[in-house]
Amino acid sequence: MAKQHKELPEPIFKMDRCKAVPALIGNHEDFLIVSGLAGTSKDMASLTGDAANLYTMAGAMGAATAMGLGLALAQPDKRVLVITGDGELLMNVGTLATISVLNPANLSIVCVDNGYYGETGYQKSHTSRGVHLEQMAIGAGIKMTSTIESEDQLEDGKRMLRETNGTSFVLLRVSQERPPAVKRLMEPAAARTRFRTALLGHS
Amino acid sequence: MSNTDDDEPARGWQHDVYDVLRAHDVSQFSYVPDAGHALLIDLSIADPDVHSIALTTEEEGVALAAGANLGDARAVLMMQSSGVGNCINFLSLMKGGKFPLLTIISMRGEFGEGNPWQMPMGQAVRPVLEAMGVICMDVTTPDEAVPTVEAAATMAYKAGNSVAVILTQKLLGAKVF
Repeated sequence: MAKQHKELPEPIFKMDRCKAVPALIGNHEDFLIVSGLAGTSKDMASLTGDAANLYTMAGAMGAATAMGLGLALAQPDKRVLVITGDGELLMNVGTLATISVLNPANLSIVCVDNGYYGETGYQKSHTSRGVHLEQMAIGAGIKMTSTIESEDQLEDGKRMLRETNGTSFVLLRVSQERPPAVKRLMEPAAARTRFRTALLGHS
Repeated sequence: MSNTDDDEPARGWQHDVYDVLRAHDVSQFSYVPDAGHALLIDLSIADPDVHSIALTTEEEGVALAAGANLGDARAVLMMQSSGVGNCINFLSLMKGGKFPLLTIISMRGEFGEGNPWQMPMGQAVRPVLEAMGVICMDVTTPDEAVPTVEAAATMAYKAGNSVAVILTQKLLGAKVF
């Protein structure tokens, strides 16, 4: 074991993201959506049929949350959903502070936390080793937060994502089940044109 | 106008740059606090028609600009030269996605710099930005500020480029220690 390497008893979360994410989101057409690489982009491409209200990322790790902020400020009359994983959120967790001081009422953030860097071979992330991202969101100043660990909490989370009092943050703790295998548009400029055309009527 | 009204505070080039940005419908002003941008930042904070967004790190401002474009708004990122280094990977998003980016960079680590910590990143600003496809334009005198920002805004928002306006230390003066 490396020096000061901490191994905790592994947290056990039972929910399969393939079921929990659709149950938490509900009707995806309620939102403009930015999803982080890579698992949550697969979750959302599967849920929406890779729809035009979704901009999925496959790089620029750590960008999804700030991108959602820019979109939310630009479109105050639409609800914006950022959905990203624990690894990506940890890369720029300070963005939660940037968001909380503005507190846009039309922005909701979901972190699908499986405790692993799934895309790179399921190495443990910090959230498997004692880091709690809802606590970090609270510390950043986000007032409306929750952690969802079981099916009976999903309905409350679904409601929170549609609250209009301020930015909300939902931590969805799931098992290591893989996200759905689904093809999605991987060309970032084409995805930009598709999203803008659907929203604005022009590219 | 003549100099008849002595009570009016002098309008610096920063005020004119702010007006150019507003004339281009920029509504999201993002920044990490910086002495070189202090006046532009304060103008954005005082403007009820814009969002003034304090970032924790500069790359957030790159992603913010991409999100703004998805929603048909325009953003500008104001940062110091040291912040350029924090942005590099996120510039993949702008280049790959053909998102417009306008950034205004206040320089350290060049003309007359006395702090050795500022030198490496200051000297690397232009090569690393150009390596990521960002067009760089220098401002060395107050007279150049408005036409350069005007040109950069057009190249960013109309032609869809990533463009950096570099406010040099010849313009801003080197920090005195």
